[in-house]
Amino acid sequence: MNMRVQDLTVARGGVAVLEGVSFELGARRALILRGPNGIGKTTLLRTLAGLQPAVAGRIDVEPDAVAYAAHADGIKAVLSVRENLAFWANAYGGRDVGAALTAMNLDDLAERRAANLSAGQKRRLGLARLLVTGRKVWMMDEPTVSLDTASVALFAGVVRAHLAAGGSALIATHIDLGIEAEVLDLAPFKARAPVAGGQMGAFDEAFE
Amino acid sequence: MRSLLRRDLWLAVRAGGGFGLGLAFFLLVAVIVPLGVGPEPATLAKIAPGILWVGALLSCLLSLDRIFALDFEDGSLDLLATSPMPMEAVVAIKSLAHWLVTGLPLVAVSPVLGLLLNLAPEGYIWLIVSLALGTPALSVIGAFGAALTVGLKRGGLLLSLLVLPLYMPTLIFGAEVVKRGAQGLAVGTPLALLAAITAGSLALLPFAAAAAIRVNLR
Repeated sequence: MNMRVQDLTVARGGVAVLEGVSFELGARRALILRGPNGIGKTTLLRTLAGLQPAVAGRIDVEPDAVAYAAHADGIKAVLSVRENLAFWANAYGGRDVGAALTAMNLDDLAERRAANLSAGQKRRLGLARLLVTGRKVWMMDEPTVSLDTASVALFAGVVRAHLAAGGSALIATHIDLGIEAEVLDLAPFKARAPVAGGQMGAFDEAFE
Repeated sequence: MRSLLRRDLWLAVRAGGGFGLGLAFFLLVAVIVPLGVGPEPATLAKIAPGILWVGALLSCLLSLDRIFALDFEDGSLDLLATSPMPMEAVVAIKSLAHWLVTGLPLVAVSPVLGLLLNLAPEGYIWLIVSLALGTPALSVIGAFGAALTVGLKRGGLLLSLLVLPLYMPTLIFGAEVVKRGAQGLAVGTPLALLAAITAGSLALLPFAAAAAIRVNLR
């Protein structure tokens, strides 16, 4: 079991957006998060990544198991593709950059400055970062934005290889990646409005 | 950690990184002041310690908002916060990088600017010592201010308003060291207090700044 979430309530801007979210994510499994815009997919992922506290509920995950890929890729424009990736590889304990570059088809671009990459190429670099983290649970927020069909297939292959190696993936996406995965529809977990008895977020706790 | 330091230094010296901006500003301040107050050597010698310290402080201030803002904008700060590096270490390393890029060059050129402002000969060694001892505090206090304002659009002015009062003790004791040194008086007390401010800020503020960043990332 790589991750277990029980009865989780997450809040954005002081108002709960999702409540009672529960799921389990085992090794070799992928879970796709679906739901309309604004339902709280990003908020849920940020909470699971530890960037913001949960309002209620439990998140059980092995320590140092999670790698998070956000909307923004954290790419430095003045560094080359290889330098960008090497920095994150070092931060996560010095894994091999070459394999990640090859996996995301970035070999030809390795020495190019990131400022000169297209949006899709930047995204591929951002996703290559997951490979050098060596973490078990990949959490991805709309990973396929600005990727073309070939790159989406490439990325799906990388995720499949990660799952086959005992990893797991939590993906918020609107498109079909072609990965065998369970789908978690977040719409039923939409939080009640505060006036209807919904919970307020942790942000307001000082004022209560 | 070393890779973060290397990356930050690299980013600062490459195109658009802002390296030398503070230095150029410091230089301009020291050149402009004699034009403004007149060239009498006695007047200049009297105000030199204060002007040099105020100049150093303002040039430090100039580059503060870059410490975290750039990383926040491109999403690196989120990713750093979820990486195995503790946020406290990230803050400490980034303050160190800021000092190496901004503070250290100021220390190095300060004797030349002392010459422009007719600083008394006995004061040079204390100018270098006080800046070397005081500018690390400016960087780490600044990093704390930058952490408080990270995520605010155009938070630069607010950052200055927050940080300048916190800079006062460093400025007062730093300038006092140079003033006394230039007059040939004992500098032990202001020097000790300056060292205490630096040591205290280095020890405590990375924790405060890390906490502020965690709150701002929510």
